[in-house]
Amino acid sequence: MFDTLMHSEIPPEDEALRPRIQAFLQDALAGLPIEQRAKSWTGCDIGFSRALAREGFLGLTLPREYGGGGRGPFARFVVIEELLAAGAPVAAHWITDRQSALQILKFGSEEQRQNYLPRICRGEIFFCIGMSEPGSGSDLASVRTRADKVDGGWRLNGQKIWTTMASVSDYMIALVRTSGTSDDRQAGLSQLIVDLSAPGVEVRPITDLAGDRHFAEVFFDNVALPPEALIGAEGDGWKQVTAELAFERSGPERIYSSIILLDAWIEHLRARQRLTGDAARLVGRFTSELATLRQLSIAVTARLAAGESPVVEASLVKDLGTTFEQSVPTAIADDLGAHPDEPVSPALRRTLIFCCRVAPSFSLRGGTREILRGIIARGLGVR
Amino acid sequence: MNLEELVAPFERMLGEIATPEAIRAIEHGGDISELWSQVQASGYLDAMVAEDRGGAGLDFRTTGMLVQAAGRRLFPLPFAQTVIARALLAESGLDAPDGPIVLARPRRDGSALVAQWVVEGRFADHALVEVEGQLILTALRASNRRALHIHASDAIDLVWSDPPAGPRCPLPMGGLLSIAATLLGAQIAGACDQLLEMTVAYANERTQFGKPIGRQQAIQQQLAVMAEHALRARMAAQTGCAHGFPPSPAAAAIAKGVTSNAAAAMIAIAHGVHGAIGFSEEFDLQLYTRRLHEWRMAWGSEQYWDGVLGALRLASADGTTVDFVRALS
Repeated sequence: MFDTLMHSEIPPEDEALRPRIQAFLQDALAGLPIEQRAKSWTGCDIGFSRALAREGFLGLTLPREYGGGGRGPFARFVVIEELLAAGAPVAAHWITDRQSALQILKFGSEEQRQNYLPRICRGEIFFCIGMSEPGSGSDLASVRTRADKVDGGWRLNGQKIWTTMASVSDYMIALVRTSGTSDDRQAGLSQLIVDLSAPGVEVRPITDLAGDRHFAEVFFDNVALPPEALIGAEGDGWKQVTAELAFERSGPERIYSSIILLDAWIEHLRARQRLTGDAARLVGRFTSELATLRQLSIAVTARLAAGESPVVEASLVKDLGTTFEQSVPTAIADDLGAHPDEPVSPALRRTLIFCCRVAPSFSLRGGTREILRGIIARGLGVR
Repeated sequence: MNLEELVAPFERMLGEIATPEAIRAIEHGGDISELWSQVQASGYLDAMVAEDRGGAGLDFRTTGMLVQAAGRRLFPLPFAQTVIARALLAESGLDAPDGPIVLARPRRDGSALVAQWVVEGRFADHALVEVEGQLILTALRASNRRALHIHASDAIDLVWSDPPAGPRCPLPMGGLLSIAATLLGAQIAGACDQLLEMTVAYANERTQFGKPIGRQQAIQQQLAVMAEHALRARMAAQTGCAHGFPPSPAAAAIAKGVTSNAAAAMIAIAHGVHGAIGFSEEFDLQLYTRRLHEWRMAWGSEQYWDGVLGALRLASADGTTVDFVRALS
């Protein structure tokens, strides 16, 4: 089953990007403490995102005519892997680069492409994605935020929640109802580009359990949108959001969320000369698991590069990857707690506790574990 | 010739000759000669023997795919072990005997040498034995075989009270351990694939509460987890076989460690989904799960290999885990 997922290798021309991004990161991230690096793709630094754009690392897979790099999924894999391994603060552009730009490229009008994509590649504008609502989490088809057709465009009313990076974003691609009611489920949903500086839009950041404010509530009160805010055809919203799930679910971000902690702990073990026994076995388990997950992620990338959309395979890899990411802080906390007399640096402890606190989110964001397993079961042909 | 063209006919042939009935007959003392001669005639036993020595000259990666297929079809005789033995012998210009060969890495026990837990050992005529930095091809006598008296098991201990005698050849770098473990990992991955398929089929077939049990979300979640284990087992096995022969200890650690861990989890779910019928002799599930328990332990379980890989990682020069893992793959 899932026979197309085979051990694959990153082509040399894409692997060749690695030294360049490594050199850039070494310089750009010098002195960034591990507890900051551990934030991974929720760490936000607009200046860093723009520096990355200047080096040509944003919009890597977008066509050159829109200012992109014209590269394929493997090039993106290499760059993202290095960003995550170094703990770069990529949150400002992350979702724009991974999803919004692709939505506009694939489903947007030529005018929308010309308008947004070059600015995305320059790191001038950032997008967030408006999906979840207070009453719509995993059951996304039940969204109630509504855009009504009026003279001169659309009028938007409703509320989104848990919108990642809304407060630093310039635009939102919002999944909203443009006809019917929530009883109509997937039918009648459309995607609209919302200028977050428009009158009637209010963004209220939400503080998370680690004290960070990376997500927000976004309210729409009679927000006027031009006709060209619509992406693609009216009523195509569901089709559009599900088309790109394989991109969202299979990347290195689904295996590397605890990687900074893992490396910091390994450094600690070396410093304390705990090189054998239980700790070494745990290091080995993490290492073999990660080597396998990385190859699975590369195998999915190979399918993407072949023009396929391996949604079920991506769901498999995401569930495996997040299970791994979540196991790392749990096991390291147990290990360090089992050696109460061993000195542990405050930085490592800060990093550990941060990861323990946020780890539950790894299997919530981008499709919960239970939803993914349902998708996998259907993919297995369970009737 | 691509991988599919090579592996698919082999797997088809195994499916035809190694039927569940044939496997059961052999487990209960039946004659193996017909089954063996069919595999021998197919030429696949010389998969890794160089072409100028009459073999197929396949690389380790492709050989790993053949071994996965053997695991998937539960070929009950020592295919992978014989393939390795024949390749190593041919490399030294030695003729291989016709029958099944197992690999053994005995430890010293007093004046004797003892190789514990040799899977498929019951069927072997010869063993390729790692002794003092060399390989010895030796015929197995009744006195070398110590039965374990485990129902239907093909695992035995091999014992030599006198040093094993026979032609010698050089030991490949790293010895037999990494090679045997990596290929057994591939065999496990293949069997795991089939275990998943059987369990999904059963979940679609078995009706309770007026509908197939596969419609229960609780079962679906279990099947999804099983699929994930099958997938990681397969990828770990392929990763272990991807970088040439002989595989490094790190490659073996990935291949054998991850597959062993996945096998244990999959056995539990497979039996859970099958319920009581899975425990009956006449139902095929046990042919797989019984073997997987034994394969998991042979040539190092996950804890063993986790220890090996962890020590390598901790001893490696500075660099991130991603750097380390990249260097392995």
